[in-house]
Amino acid sequence: MIPIEVFLTFILVLSIFLGFELINKVPATLHTPLMSGANAISGITLVGAVGLVGTGDGDPSKWLAVGAVALASINVVGGYLVTDRMLSMFKKKG
Amino acid sequence: MESFIQYAYVAAAVLFIFGLKQLGSPATARRGNLISSSGMLVAVVAALLSQGIDYTWILIGFAIGGAIGAAAARLVQMTSMPEMVALFNGFGGMASLLVGTAALSPAAGTFTLVTIVLSILIGGLTFTGSLVAYGKLSEKITSAPILFGAQQMVNGAIIAAILVSAVLFCINPDNTVWLVLVVALSLIFGVMAVIPIGGADMPVVISLLNSYSGLAACAAGFAVDNNILIVAGSLVGSAGIILTQIMCKAMNRSLSNVLFSGFGSGKTETTEVDGEIKPISVEDAFYVLEAASTVAIIPGYGMAVAQAQHVVKELTELLEGNGAEVNFGIHPVAGRMPGHMNVLLAEADVPYDQLLEMDDINPRMETVDVAIVIGANDVVNPAAREIESSPIYGMPVINVDSARTVFVLKRSMASGFAGIENPLFYKDNTRMLFGDAKESIGGLVREFGS
Repeated sequence: MIPIEVFLTFILVLSIFLGFELINKVPATLHTPLMSGANAISGITLVGAVGLVGTGDGDPSKWLAVGAVALASINVVGGYLVTDRMLSMFKKKG
Repeated sequence: MESFIQYAYVAAAVLFIFGLKQLGSPATARRGNLISSSGMLVAVVAALLSQGIDYTWILIGFAIGGAIGAAAARLVQMTSMPEMVALFNGFGGMASLLVGTAALSPAAGTFTLVTIVLSILIGGLTFTGSLVAYGKLSEKITSAPILFGAQQMVNGAIIAAILVSAVLFCINPDNTVWLVLVVALSLIFGVMAVIPIGGADMPVVISLLNSYSGLAACAAGFAVDNNILIVAGSLVGSAGIILTQIMCKAMNRSLSNVLFSGFGSGKTETTEVDGEIKPISVEDAFYVLEAASTVAIIPGYGMAVAQAQHVVKELTELLEGNGAEVNFGIHPVAGRMPGHMNVLLAEADVPYDQLLEMDDINPRMETVDVAIVIGANDVVNPAAREIESSPIYGMPVINVDSARTVFVLKRSMASGFAGIENPLFYKDNTRMLFGDAKESIGGLVREFGS
């Protein structure tokens, strides 16, 4: 059985290489939507935050996590919507 | 159920990757964004299946954040995209800081504690750094570099203090003093790291902060043992790093030079430029344009400030109606964020295949009859090629001076953000069209109409 830290590090390294390959192919004209789309994806913290909103109201961690849910939701919702709004404006000639 | 959740995360990762792949072309990019967002939906729904969580408060948090995000996305002006991205970077960083802190439990081992510290550190400095970047971009604070005497020493001391408190926190996680210190110092460090950077270098800074917001999510993923956070976070992290590299290369500067040198802090060098400024009236500019068969338009941040993109599009149509071929030359660091000009012109309905990158427009510049520079300065400065003592020497620029005639639209003779003298303005083939860019171009449009 691989220790979890090693497993997660493995995922990290592979994803970084994959990220470089993918992003290098994005043309300069789409760099702003790429950044706002990246904003949206970095809202993935929402997934981590959801799991920490426990049922014990006396637990300060819960309230930190609720704050994280709200902030990450701004990124997810706002990021995807504004990226879509921008990309809808990109048109080819003719 | 747990393994179902994990498989759902795999599906989400696949959707993110396909989504980014589709961003490789403007024709498929919108679909890519949709695919990426469906990946996010899958991941969030899966996370909601976990046991023992309080749905009411999750919903409340989501409703508040979602409403703010939706309103911002709908209301933001395209000229203000850099500010919005900067703010969103900050929110992402803060969210990761909070997740890292909330993940702290008595059961946490050393590895987890280290990752918690990392998510607090990266998240915290991303948050305050982004707020400062937002302030500079929206001109709420001065966009000039803020420098003071012992800056390097103060920053060194902050870094040392962060390291010490981080180590002490990992050794002694029950003592909240160290935790609070790490949080506070990270927040302070974010401010200190961004204040010495000038407005013109903001494309680099927001790219870098974009990267940090992803890395903070990565660190938070380690803190809560969640691999989808790591995958998505590192995709964002690498996107930001690539953009940072592109921006630095386009300015011929190293990242450390951008971050630490306080470039453009008002040390105006005194290169003697020969020649004289030759202003031109809107009327005369019109006669030259009417006779032109190829026109290149080079926009810069000034076009965004003047909100001139729509009237530029009108002029483009009139020129094309007059039989001219019109192209746009976009420098990678034109504007305040990567791709800023492209979005503004897309908003004004300029087709994206009419927007040429610097390396594509430069070879044809000699055949261009009129090059119109709208609110750009440093990115068309021939000093980058000709004057070795110039601070921007070696930076790749758009060679507008090779065109037969160059019109420079400019408010006044004040120099660019970097305070660098621009010999372009004194060249024989350059004519200065002074005034607000929107009004000057509006004047040209009216001349065509009459």
